[in-house]
Amino acid sequence: MASEQPGFWARVQRASVERLHIRLESLLVLVALSGAMALLSPFFLSLSNFLNILLATSTIGVLAIAATFVIGSGGLDLSLGSVMGLAGVAGAFVAVNLGWPSVFALIACILAGGLAGYINGQLVTRAFVPAFIVTLGMLGLARGLALVISQGRAIYGLPSAIVYIGQGRPFGIPMPVIILVLTAIVAHCVLAYTRFGRHTLALGDSEGAARAAGIRVEHHRRIIYTLSGALAGLAGLLFTARVNAGDPTAGINYELTAITAAIIGGTNLFGGRASILGTMIGALIMGVLQNGLTLLAVQSYYQQMAIGAVLILAVFIDQYQVRKESRV
Amino acid sequence: MTLLSLQGIRKSFGAVDVLHGVDLKVAAGEVVGLVGDNGAGKSTLMKTITGIYRADSGSIEFDGKDILGLDPGQRRELGIEMIYQDLSLAKQQDVASNIFLGREPTKRVFGLFPGFVDKAAMDREATRMIERLGARLPSINRSVGSFSGGQQQTVAIARALTFNPKLVIMDEPTAALAVREVQSVLDLIRRLRSEGIAVILISHRLNDVLSVTDRIVVLRHGRADADLVTSKTNMNEVVSRIVGGGDVSAAAAHEQRG
Repeated sequence: MASEQPGFWARVQRASVERLHIRLESLLVLVALSGAMALLSPFFLSLSNFLNILLATSTIGVLAIAATFVIGSGGLDLSLGSVMGLAGVAGAFVAVNLGWPSVFALIACILAGGLAGYINGQLVTRAFVPAFIVTLGMLGLARGLALVISQGRAIYGLPSAIVYIGQGRPFGIPMPVIILVLTAIVAHCVLAYTRFGRHTLALGDSEGAARAAGIRVEHHRRIIYTLSGALAGLAGLLFTARVNAGDPTAGINYELTAITAAIIGGTNLFGGRASILGTMIGALIMGVLQNGLTLLAVQSYYQQMAIGAVLILAVFIDQYQVRKESRV
Repeated sequence: MTLLSLQGIRKSFGAVDVLHGVDLKVAAGEVVGLVGDNGAGKSTLMKTITGIYRADSGSIEFDGKDILGLDPGQRRELGIEMIYQDLSLAKQQDVASNIFLGREPTKRVFGLFPGFVDKAAMDREATRMIERLGARLPSINRSVGSFSGGQQQTVAIARALTFNPKLVIMDEPTAALAVREVQSVLDLIRRLRSEGIAVILISHRLNDVLSVTDRIVVLRHGRADADLVTSKTNMNEVVSRIVGGGDVSAAAAHEQRG
């Protein structure tokens, strides 16, 4: 019967999901969006603008990787942007106010983020406070702590070694982009090909099944939240190094963009399905969108609105497809 | 040969006595139906066998060993496997991922990075498992949630088999299935028996129990009230034992229609 054979398009879709772990639709959106921007702005299609987009995407990209792991495991981390701000301030404080060697500043960024994530994980798994509330509370806590440490002012005067991480261009490629790509490759391998990654998705899919399979569910969740915080710390480091200042207001609303990127990339909002490649496409879509709107001289207030609208639209489309599939 | 032997198992939760000294024996490769009204203690009894509950008193021997003090993981290692009614499947993951969840085989990539899941080996082994059960699935790479209830049951049983169990406990495996699929699940149970695996089948569907079991144990008020040989009993007797005697013709007739 003809209907038994899936069409060519359906087979390509399935293959891309099974082999590459990406949804074809998001790739098409990226291409279409880039095409539209190229038509609308003469500045869009150039190597320097391409690198600009990647550079602007690097911080969001790292946060989106964190969001992918957390959401894929059936959790939620709303504190990403605040933890990123706190981590950047912590690093700058260690380097400038304490005057310690740059290495300690790097460690401080990752450690501050990881610690915030660890606290999130402990509260979610031991105190039985919903992740939504825990990470929303951490959003306020981390931001407030960042303002306290920096006394409300950006910390300037970072050592050149740290600034290089944000502004250096080995082989003409911005360092943050290199770091994002390396992080994404490692994260993709972990999520798609290791037991840890598979257990993460199984956990988001059905906590009962994961528990029955002998996976230490609470332990696993704590690792995921800690990892998420540490990645937010890395994002904070990239941002601080790029702007050459520990800014306590860095990363406000970034969780919105990061979660949007993950969802556009095909992460199931309720867990169980996620891919880093997809998330990277999602992050690029957000980057192209912001860059294009900027080139078109659209006020940044409208950009914020656009991101919010895209998030809702992405979840709507995802839910629509889920309902359609379950009817078949 | 007796595989599982329970004697005088008692279990209470606070003031509520659920099991009042249950005796139960299951031989290797035997299919035993466990029936009883709601609240008779079937689930509690099964959970004391798998080790989720610790019996207050009594003895449990499995394969000649006293397992009363062992935790669920240790009992599973000895060969006790339970398939719950909800099947405990991760519905968005594919067949092999579910069968090997928690015990994925790994390999080194480029001879350097250990800990990578060997997906090819998983798919190969999963296919072999499904074939061993004589079952058919649309595709090994599809998410389990897209399968029918009977096909999902097949995956759950295949998953149980990877632990090399000697005893599989199945909780209402046919409750939510279409008529045609019930037969295929009963065939799977017969297949397990032919491989020498004992099965305890908990079911309200007495027709299924009568058609596939060797023996039927009736649990009533926390006791093994009756131990019937399936070939020498009938629907009437089983129903009367479940409800505790009296005029049961109406209830039996109802079951026979179903």
